[in-house]
Amino acid sequence: MSEYIEHDKNGVSVGLVEKKFFTFAEPPDELVLESGSKLGPITIAYETYGTLDADKSNVVLILHALSGDSHVAGYYSVDDPKPGWWDIMVGPGKGIDTNKYFVVCSNILGSCMGSTGPSSINPKTNKQYGLDFPVVTIGDMVVAQKALMDHLGIKKILSVVGGSIGGMQVLEWCVRYPEMVVSAIPLATTTRHSALAIAFNEVARQAIIADPNWNNGDYYSGPKPNLGLAVARMIGHITYLSDESMRLKFGRRLQDKSDFSFNFDADFQVESYLRYQGTKFVERFDANSFLYITKAADYFDLENQHGSGSTVKAFSKARAKFLVVSFTSDWLYPTYQSKAMVQAMKKVGLDVSFCEIEAEWGHDAFLLPNERLSTLVKGFLERVYSEIRE
Amino acid sequence: MRFDLQIIASWIEPGSKVLDLGCGEGDLLHFLKEHKQVVGAGIECVEAKVAHCIARGLSVLQGDMNEEVLAYDDDVFDYVILSQTLQQVYEPAKLIQSMLRIGKKGIVSFPNFSHWGIRLQLLIKGHAPITKELPYEWYNTPNIRVITIKDFRRFSRKVGFSILKEVAINSDHHDRQGHIVRFLPNLRATYGIFLIGK
Repeated sequence: MSEYIEHDKNGVSVGLVEKKFFTFAEPPDELVLESGSKLGPITIAYETYGTLDADKSNVVLILHALSGDSHVAGYYSVDDPKPGWWDIMVGPGKGIDTNKYFVVCSNILGSCMGSTGPSSINPKTNKQYGLDFPVVTIGDMVVAQKALMDHLGIKKILSVVGGSIGGMQVLEWCVRYPEMVVSAIPLATTTRHSALAIAFNEVARQAIIADPNWNNGDYYSGPKPNLGLAVARMIGHITYLSDESMRLKFGRRLQDKSDFSFNFDADFQVESYLRYQGTKFVERFDANSFLYITKAADYFDLENQHGSGSTVKAFSKARAKFLVVSFTSDWLYPTYQSKAMVQAMKKVGLDVSFCEIEAEWGHDAFLLPNERLSTLVKGFLERVYSEIRE
Repeated sequence: MRFDLQIIASWIEPGSKVLDLGCGEGDLLHFLKEHKQVVGAGIECVEAKVAHCIARGLSVLQGDMNEEVLAYDDDVFDYVILSQTLQQVYEPAKLIQSMLRIGKKGIVSFPNFSHWGIRLQLLIKGHAPITKELPYEWYNTPNIRVITIKDFRRFSRKVGFSILKEVAINSDHHDRQGHIVRFLPNLRATYGIFLIGK
């Protein structure tokens, strides 16, 4: 996902929020990961918005994508220049209405935004983990989120919501803890990466690995592999947009010049944009986290991990009511992948709604202001909320 | 709600499972959910209509009904409804067979092409009939089939499904109200509505 800091045009916001931390799996009770490795202690950064009902029935769990964090909405301080990454969707009266629901968003395991990841301190060495950090999976991320839910005393989740890699976690939640999930909204996502998606991730990882500063992941005390990470981000950005959105946004327009420079400076606006996105990204993201999270996404395979190769079998474990949404111009996780999961859900008799939203902004469309998406999410949540109260 | 949908709704047992093919903005499903405690699902191909349905709390899938019916298991619905769409279906026999595979019963309604008004237009004016039920010119109509009440009965014998109940109706100008036509329905009714079974 890209960074879109979209302020609500009506100025409505959930207001000031605070990042909190929860630590579990203290040795000797480390978490056994899917790979068989052990990890602990694990810290999960999270934020909550709204008020938890007395019967704890109004929980909406938001799961973020590759570069996101727990800061889904609101501001950290009065002079904070930008709100959380999905402020347009989460807040009072918005698609996910914080007046009605208790919203939780946590930073994923392996990330670098407050939860334990390769840039965290390894208690055994008192140094950053680097490549000693075990490979984590989407399943491991969800297990960590479940631990947070247990910590918060939440037994039922009204809805798990997420796009892209966040959508993978949504699907994982539905088959791993079916008794906890009342409904689910997987957006712009897939049950398994296509070869195309893996290919782009691999090129992005190789850009980091090829940076001499990467130094086998051990760079925390020296110069960072900023060039590699920036190139990785540039590749990502291409896959998040679309032919149409790039044509509209940049075309062949030149950046601050009227003619070619006849060298390798950024002539085109699209070059300049990608370079800017790359440079901005390295200021806040860890290269190793990028490697670990993209790998987790590539490994994710709902059919194989939960259905012995069958999507139908995998979804036969789920109990949730689903709202599946895809976007017409998303070529990273195209509509056919959403349709395939919808067919499997139908086959096993799950209650599923599906909408393919016409949008020109490619994979990123789920993050951008979209009246239709907000209305869909709002209507769906209202329905499932009223159904559990009947 | 449209008069033909009111008739269809009156045929549906409370608490049943219903699939509405081409559910539009979900008026029938909404009514059935509110008044008959039905567990409903809909299929609709127009994004804006699908979004409208989901936003009003219905379970609706965007897609082509001819393909979407294939992915359901046998007998998962009590009723599968196809209202005022049969005349637009490319393979009607195949679709009706699918409806009766995934549902115990089917409900089909369509504009009756042998209404006297239509007959007169063709006989006297000599051009392709245009009515409020079938308001298109020959060159822009989505209605690729002309069906009469009589033809549908014949079709049922040919395809091998049974007609459990049938009603012919005349609806008023806004389709909100109407009455049942018992005398010479094939000549006098604007719509035929059929409850069908295997």
